[in-house]
Amino acid sequence: MPTKLRLAVYKFASCDGCQLQLLDAQGKLLEIARRIDIDHFLEARSQVVEGPYDIALVEGSITTPEDAERIRKIRRDCRYLVTLGACATAGGIQALRNWGNIEEFVSAVYATPSYISTLATSTPIADHVPVDFELRGCPIDTGQLVELLTAFLLGRKPHVPSWSVCVECKSSGAVCVAVTQGIPCLGPVTQAGCGAICPAHGRECFGCFGPSEPANLVSLTGHYQQQGIPPEQLGRMLRSFTAEAPAFRAEGDRLRGLQP
Amino acid sequence: MSELRRISVKALTRVEGEGALRIRVRDGTIEIAEFNIYEPPRFFERLLRGRAFAEVPDITARICGICPVAYQLTACQALENAFGVQITPAIAALRRLLYWGEWIQSHSLHIHLLHAPDFLGYESGFSLAVDRPEFVERGLRFKAIGSRIMEVVGGRAVHPINVAVGGFFKAPAAAALRGLIPDLEWGLAAALELVRDVSQFEFPSLQCPATCVALRSDTGSPSDSGRIISSAGLDIAIDEFEQHFAEEQVPHSTALYSLQLPDRTPYLVGPVARLNLCREQLPPHTRRSVEACGIDWPLVNPYKSIVARALEVAAAFEESLGIVRDVMADINPCRVEVTPREGTGCAATEAPRGLLYHRYSVTADGLITAATIIPPTSQNQAQIEKDLRGLLPSVLGFADALVSSRCEQLIRSYDPCISCATHFLTLVLDRGEA
Repeated sequence: MPTKLRLAVYKFASCDGCQLQLLDAQGKLLEIARRIDIDHFLEARSQVVEGPYDIALVEGSITTPEDAERIRKIRRDCRYLVTLGACATAGGIQALRNWGNIEEFVSAVYATPSYISTLATSTPIADHVPVDFELRGCPIDTGQLVELLTAFLLGRKPHVPSWSVCVECKSSGAVCVAVTQGIPCLGPVTQAGCGAICPAHGRECFGCFGPSEPANLVSLTGHYQQQGIPPEQLGRMLRSFTAEAPAFRAEGDRLRGLQP
Repeated sequence: MSELRRISVKALTRVEGEGALRIRVRDGTIEIAEFNIYEPPRFFERLLRGRAFAEVPDITARICGICPVAYQLTACQALENAFGVQITPAIAALRRLLYWGEWIQSHSLHIHLLHAPDFLGYESGFSLAVDRPEFVERGLRFKAIGSRIMEVVGGRAVHPINVAVGGFFKAPAAAALRGLIPDLEWGLAAALELVRDVSQFEFPSLQCPATCVALRSDTGSPSDSGRIISSAGLDIAIDEFEQHFAEEQVPHSTALYSLQLPDRTPYLVGPVARLNLCREQLPPHTRRSVEACGIDWPLVNPYKSIVARALEVAAAFEESLGIVRDVMADINPCRVEVTPREGTGCAATEAPRGLLYHRYSVTADGLITAATIIPPTSQNQAQIEKDLRGLLPSVLGFADALVSSRCEQLIRSYDPCISCATHFLTLVLDRGEA
């Protein structure tokens, strides 16, 4: 019998939501645990089996000097490194500090800022080490996680779409909120994977899967501005859960330059 | 010659988030018993400044992937209070249903995958599942039903997308809500069995009396309204919270400690505190199980919190059934109009891990100028350290590894959520040997 795949799960600055998807896994958790050795998963088991591992699943962004060092050790200890979610792939909501002054951020929350060790920026894992595959989303989709693990078990590439939320929206038969209600929606420039749940609930996509490939941000925000949406509102939309993703960062900065 | 012993657990396991434990004992005297939270801070209170009020429920959800609804709903209520907005009873009921879904999934995750392995002698839920598949699979079915409630009402189980200030973006279909009934009926009956199962676990004896604090409603389980009461006789309105409790920072934690004024004393929130204070308000089946489960109330042994959590799973199923059986048609409107105005509003609700308090100041344009968020684990942190000091004398005779594991078990029984509290866990036991 061949050796089972060995999996490790790691957390950096994050909310635990993406790891939690593994404990959900569409009812397949115990089946996954039978087929893959989950050898390092601090939040779910006390026993740690030392690496090297076949797959490392990494949640969270890099925000402390210690974590910048820790991710390098993790990279050395695994064959494939997969980043999970908006924090690991694009810095997460905590990357909003990248546009602020870190001393001011720390002192706004902590009475004694000197006790806090933090970097001025929150950055994606790929800024620090090579990443083999990424699952987007805030949180990741459990279906995509199960697909990823299945692909590893079968030794093939995971099937994860790179088209935009609009494709999922149309195929699900949801009514377009931008066209019918004039609501500025990031669906046309956001990567699919969530099942277009926000438009299906009559609200705008707020880009939690990050930019699709390709994404024409200038054209989309220009269209919304013609509809009377102020650039500061569009700028805030881009500066949320995947603000540090290059396409969203560039357009957010450009819109900010347009403000009085 | 003095004897110094250091014990440390560098990364606590089966807790949500990153924490550690450091203990230093000199000549048999406990000098330090610290529950370290090293989870990197994410500065939510600061990054909310300048955001539009409508964005707050989506942003605060990201504080915690295990209890996002707690953050969303507390934020919504605080902002509605700032704007003088009254939601309808139907919207309030739908919000509570969403909240009960979160209680069910959060508590059943903790009971089955994180906590029960301690009592049954396993290192994880995975290894427990090999020998006791029926126990773990029932737990995962509870969790799946909780997630299903969150999907039906909130649009997604982790970080729901259907929650708005003023109500919901889209009303869940009445048929989808009624469709939950068979699972909820199974859930209530199975949760009452779960209470019997976990109450028969063998619990280490430990007495940790604490000042319990919870939000008590006149009727129903503690959830989203009522008065903040304590076992020491406190009885205040929610907007008086900050006059009676204060946060302070300690060097060994990125979580702020919340303490009770005037003497800055520890207190306990969460399932044990709620059941110690609010048993009378529970729905009838759960209420009978509270009396029959063999616990002498008030509960002072922290390890038995697993029984309290199981009782709350039953309560959440029973409360949910009450709500969905009442739904005759789609709830419309499911959102009331919200017009921002300059002001400040606060709210408190009972998250799965205990009392959660939010306060926001908003401009006339609806932009946030100040945010204060006090999560349950911040409030329990000082009590956890106090109880570690209570536990240590009885275990210090053991080898370091056993001291560590007993301390970890104690910490785990509070179900600390480190992601929430950071602004959390690694054990370091220092026995004074250089």
